[in-house]
Amino acid sequence: MSTLSLTGVSRWYGNVVAVNDISMALGPGVTGLLGPNGAGKTTLLHMMAGFLAPSRGTVTLDDAPTWRNPDVYRRLGLVSEREAVQGFLTAYEFVLASAKLHRLADPAAAARRAIDLVELESAQDRRIGTYSKGMRQRARVAAALVHDPEVLLLDEPFNGMDPRQRLHMMQLLHSLGDAGRTILFSSHILEEVEQVSGTVQVMVAGRLAASGDFRTIRRLMTNRPHVFAVRSTDDRALAVALIAEPSVSGVELDRTGLTVRAGDYGAFTRALPRIALTRGIRVRQLVPSDESLESVFSYLVEA
Amino acid sequence: MSTITWITARGLFGRRRFLLLLPLPLVLLGLAVLCRSLGVDPGEWGPPVLVGLGLAVVLPVVALIIGTGVLGAEIDDGTVVHILTKPLPRWQIVLPKLAVAAGVTAVTVAVPLYVAGVLADSVRLGLALAAAAALGALAYSALFLALSLVTRRPVLLGLVYVLIWEGLLGNFVSGTKVLSIQQYVIALADRIAPTGLLETTVSVPVASVMTALVSVGFTVLAVDRLRSFSVAGETS
Repeated sequence: MSTLSLTGVSRWYGNVVAVNDISMALGPGVTGLLGPNGAGKTTLLHMMAGFLAPSRGTVTLDDAPTWRNPDVYRRLGLVSEREAVQGFLTAYEFVLASAKLHRLADPAAAARRAIDLVELESAQDRRIGTYSKGMRQRARVAAALVHDPEVLLLDEPFNGMDPRQRLHMMQLLHSLGDAGRTILFSSHILEEVEQVSGTVQVMVAGRLAASGDFRTIRRLMTNRPHVFAVRSTDDRALAVALIAEPSVSGVELDRTGLTVRAGDYGAFTRALPRIALTRGIRVRQLVPSDESLESVFSYLVEA
Repeated sequence: MSTITWITARGLFGRRRFLLLLPLPLVLLGLAVLCRSLGVDPGEWGPPVLVGLGLAVVLPVVALIIGTGVLGAEIDDGTVVHILTKPLPRWQIVLPKLAVAAGVTAVTVAVPLYVAGVLADSVRLGLALAAAAALGALAYSALFLALSLVTRRPVLLGLVYVLIWEGLLGNFVSGTKVLSIQQYVIALADRIAPTGLLETTVSVPVASVMTALVSVGFTVLAVDRLRSFSVAGETS
């Protein structure tokens, strides 16, 4: 059982603050680090993995600092986002080299076990250079798992994976988390985090915006007002009908059409076609105008 | 063979960059054979080919290509992370890489220099050139390996050192020769096999001490830099 602790961690590059005063403690189980691109997730992960010195604050793994301390790698594994692998090695050679560098008692057995775990046996003797993106990713995960680390950090592990590989990787992370390992993975995709982890840390613009149980955060996210741009054959009549709906909290009418604010996503999307049908109005356009992840995150920050 | 040595050697010989090493030693060899077969006086072709080409160009450039490649190439493509996420003291990463760089450079350069030395004067000169070049290979490799950790442009900086500092300034400002690995190599070779072909102003004790200092000093620097190696995020 290992705990990765961050206390008041900040990191800046010149005038740019990439990570701003983050404190958290990661214990056993799977934790998702969620945030839009550029939020500072990678910088934070690199500090956790000892590849970057915090400008302020401390990162420790069970009281040992991760910076300038190679010994932490006995208990910590990292799968970085950059999918660089020595393409001239086969997956088996690559994972075996990792096992040997970890000075494991039986490197060959450890390498086979790690390759089994990511289901890469059938391709293990092919050069990694010939692999697909997802297979390369699995080879890197196998290399990071070869010494059975207590803490595993993964930066955007699902990038480039097909749905089946994604599912398999999610199951793998689940089982590692259930076995008492501390797993942290970063992602900018809500659904990925939802499927894998119960606990999330949400980062926005270098700050920790929300932290805790995913369902609570998800509820905050789904209950936020959604904004839709609507155009129809009779905007004014539609506006009158919509404002009577409990799911609609506001309607704006201008030359380009309607801007509708809905408190309940599901109820609104069911109500609109019903109203259009009964009033004989034809809806020409329905565009959710704030579905970008950034708006979801910025709503979270305000909430 | 250690795992680091094995990966480094595979990485070195597995990249096309390695082919860059072949032409220079071949030119050196070809010129020496040509001059000898045409019966040119060794006093005339010896200094320009042995020193001007062999020690001033082939040795440092080969050392530059290999020395910045053994670690620099892994830093460039990001594979260095796989080695760094291991519980290894950093000297256990730097020393094997230095050994590969110095060893491959020494073999690549010493063989043609030995042949050229034999053709120019004697087996003794050939052996002296080969031995001095091997020591030079170690010093240059330590320098260029450390450069690949302190700057993002190690090849450019290395070229500036070789061409501007050693090549150009060495001809005009004699003081710069004290800080020139090339001059140490010449002094050491001349000490082992005194001939009229090699000339330098650096004394043998200075050359020996400086070669050792450069090799050890830059290796220590490289180990320290690797301990504080930072990975810059691609997205941040």
